Amino acid sequence: MCLGIPAQIKEIIDNDNQIAMVDLSGVSREVNIACVLDNTHQAQDLIDKWVLVHVGFALSVVDEEEAHKTLKILDEIGELSATMEDLEQGSR
Amino acid sequence: MKYVDEFRDPKQAKKILKEIDKLCSEIKLKEDRPIQIMEVCGGHTHSIFRYGLNQLLPKKLEFVHGPGCPVCVLPRSVVDNCIRIAEHDDVIFTTFGDAMRVPGSTNSLLDVKAEGGDIRMVYSPLDALTIAQKNPDKRVVFFGLGFETTMPSTALSIMQAKKQGVDNFYLFCNHITIIPTIKAVLDSPGMRIDGFLGPGHVSLIIGTQPYNFIADDYHKPLVAAGFEPLDILQSVWMILKQLKNGEAIIENQYSRLVHEKGNESALSPIQEVFELREFFEWRGLGSINHSGIKVNDKYRAFDAEVEFKLKEVTVTDPDVCQCGEVLKGVLKPWQCKVFGKECTPEKPLGALMVSTEGACSAQYSYGQNIDLINKKNNE
Repeated sequence: MCLGIPAQIKEIIDNDNQIAMVDLSGVSREVNIACVLDNTHQAQDLIDKWVLVHVGFALSVVDEEEAHKTLKILDEIGELSATMEDLEQGSR
Repeated sequence: MKYVDEFRDPKQAKKILKEIDKLCSEIKLKEDRPIQIMEVCGGHTHSIFRYGLNQLLPKKLEFVHGPGCPVCVLPRSVVDNCIRIAEHDDVIFTTFGDAMRVPGSTNSLLDVKAEGGDIRMVYSPLDALTIAQKNPDKRVVFFGLGFETTMPSTALSIMQAKKQGVDNFYLFCNHITIIPTIKAVLDSPGMRIDGFLGPGHVSLIIGTQPYNFIADDYHKPLVAAGFEPLDILQSVWMILKQLKNGEAIIENQYSRLVHEKGNESALSPIQEVFELREFFEWRGLGSINHSGIKVNDKYRAFDAEVEFKLKEVTVTDPDVCQCGEVLKGVLKPWQCKVFGKECTPEKPLGALMVSTEGACSAQYSYGQNIDLINKKNNE
């Protein structure tokens, strides 16, 4: 029910009704962008941005920097203990 | 980056699993039992079974599948009311596909459709609004359900209907709200959950702040989690680290989408259109106060409950079903008396077998049913 899919905004097709065309896993689809607009974000600024789409609505803009941070943490998990293991084995 | 494949790397998963294994052996619980983590959201339940994460994790760690599958907790009386609406000759009843097979007291929406009822599956409430605009001589009803993730879409569709003067569009509102639901789980007798995987897509609407009471008052960790396998594993690892260190804080693994304060542009339509219901009956869990959402007076003209003069009736679940026990984590899906026998995804008796996000359906569908049923029959 709460399924959401990342999609990239390609074009704003209806400014009045806040509708954009997105590329959703290779499929073009219209989505409503009311939830990703505020005083600081204009519709045009959203082009090329990735958003999470749920039942035809973009609910949130994907924060690229944060995604990289998470991937970096994932990279680092286990690294410390692997180093410790290497050290232990080396001292034997 | 496409924000999907990067979070499915098996090599990374193996590495995290090793760390999870290590943490599990270091955590000492007061009682001799597995560590229990509840995934609140049905989307997580689905991912856990789909990627076989429950089989990869150490035996000392168990997932308890929480109440966050809105279709699964839909009471029979609501399905009965859907059918009552759909049976009007001038009604086009629209719904998400998940709700079609949910059994009411006597039949499902799919049965009524088979008998000729005009019931249509839609992808978005906006599609339902378009149907209303194209059929001005019909009354078009959208069956709105789901947690906060889905609420903005329904609210915005109603607001658009009002703005465009569409007067034949109605919402049968059965949205539910997450916080009282988690609180009901925490307050249920015999609750022994050690930590929570927070629902990622609900959290991107409401933020992580509303969960603070879970850490402050109940001293349980919660990590708002994404839905890819690495997201889930990393979140489990974060919960375990807290348990090991004796901490209970609210953390955010899904920071690429979830912010502490949520999304104001998505919250404001919810506030504009909806209000809390005093009582709401859940399938298997009973009544949870202030957990249901209804259309407020300002948008009364779009409320199907007003238009069709619906009454709230309570219909009890069939005796043989043990959905309630499974929802509360007391029973595993396969321990239910009818699991895989009278109750299957093709012909569900209980709601947990209906949606692919339901604990029973997920368990049944991902190839783990045969062994378990054999095991059960040998017990």
